[in-house]
Amino acid sequence: MLQGDGSLRVGVLAIQGSVREHIEKLNLIDGVEAVLAKDKNTLLSLDALIIPGGESTAIGKMIVDFGLKEAILKLNERKIPIWGTCAGMILMAKYIVNDDKVHLGIMDISVKRNAYGSQLDSFKTKLMIPAVSNNEIEAVFIRAPYIENVGNGVRILAKHQGKIVAAQQNNLLATAFHPELTDDICFYRYFLKL
Amino acid sequence: MNERYELNKNLAQMLKGGVIMDVTTPEQAIIAEKAGAVAVMALERVPADIRARGGVARMSDPKIIKEIKAAVSIPVMAKVRIGHFVEAQILEALGIDFIDESEVLTPADEMYHINKWDFKVPFVCGARNLGEALRRIGEGASMIRTKGEAGTGNVVEAIRHMRMINAEIKRLTTLREDELMAAAKELQAPYDLVKYVAQHGRLPVVNFAAGGIATPADAALMMQLGADGVFVGSGIFKSQNPEKMAEAIVKAVTYYDKPEILAEVSEGLGEAMQSIDIRKLDEKDLYASRGW
Repeated sequence: MLQGDGSLRVGVLAIQGSVREHIEKLNLIDGVEAVLAKDKNTLLSLDALIIPGGESTAIGKMIVDFGLKEAILKLNERKIPIWGTCAGMILMAKYIVNDDKVHLGIMDISVKRNAYGSQLDSFKTKLMIPAVSNNEIEAVFIRAPYIENVGNGVRILAKHQGKIVAAQQNNLLATAFHPELTDDICFYRYFLKL
Repeated sequence: MNERYELNKNLAQMLKGGVIMDVTTPEQAIIAEKAGAVAVMALERVPADIRARGGVARMSDPKIIKEIKAAVSIPVMAKVRIGHFVEAQILEALGIDFIDESEVLTPADEMYHINKWDFKVPFVCGARNLGEALRRIGEGASMIRTKGEAGTGNVVEAIRHMRMINAEIKRLTTLREDELMAAAKELQAPYDLVKYVAQHGRLPVVNFAAGGIATPADAALMMQLGADGVFVGSGIFKSQNPEKMAEAIVKAVTYYDKPEILAEVSEGLGEAMQSIDIRKLDEKDLYASRGW
């Protein structure tokens, strides 16, 4: 996993969305080299991948058109940690309740897109996630999805008002909210230990 | 800063690196979404047709906006006239995701822009320079775009505005702190925002390019000049092959720094929209000078 210089190459899928925000957070962590990833070769060189927030329809189309989907599937076969935030979570899901599309289909969760409504229903809250931090974590939900159901082997990390908003399956991590938009980097530390 | 405003700026952040397309029907909205648009702007007429038609251009019929909202899953934006806060109240009541207080429509108020702090819904506003951008942000805009010159298919004004904003930002970062109040006076912009820009070297909100973008190369040029993303108004549905043009511009915005990909997507698109030499337009026909 580790490179010659001991740093971990962590990529952010750089099609569109909260790419810069993730990179800035990764730059705060010692031993991490943050990388913009928008071509196959860069993706295949990574030790971990973050799929950012944005629009899942837009990102989902581009990863197919530019052959990035296969590269990400290959990373998953290698059990490289992959974390999707918001749109990233939708892209990872095996089922999308209110859409006939499946993008990467790597994580055994069924998600609902825009589950809370329009931008007027976007919100910020605090979540207690013992697996990730001993303190409450700020969670920003922007036109967010949530997880309706999880398969066997998926660990539910957090719920908000009865809905699953964070989950993990082996090397895969999914959050309906955006840790890249807050100051806390505990989710990054958790992810990098997967 | 209040929480709602932060959430609204956050939505704009999620649109970065993407293309927002003007659409006038649910069918066009679906084409835009399929092509990879990150949002659509619901309109009765694209800017080129507003230009051709003349008269007073107003907010779209709520029926059109609702139909477009129902047709797609990506965020839906709509325009209101500068200063027309009741049109904005109506759009907020419709549950729109973003309001564009736009110079493309006929201004309703020549003195005052909308006080955007009165609203829960986010606003994007046009700007030609840093002072104008910061005044709009001071009024509560969650996102800025260059004004460019909409409906012309001519990117020259968008370039002028983007370069101007960037140059003024860069200049602020070179000033001493005791020079910033004088800079605020010069820019006619709120002091705290001037200070923010001087410290961070960028606007406190996302800044898109808009107004006259007609080809993938135009879009990539704006990205290389530092735009966070691109609005395309008439450039898609007034071109010969909207599906292809839409998809090509989306790809050009993601791979704006990869000329080989730009070459590939620029091929065989058919004719771009009919374009106008802005120098031949009458002063009264320029949209960019609407608002301040």
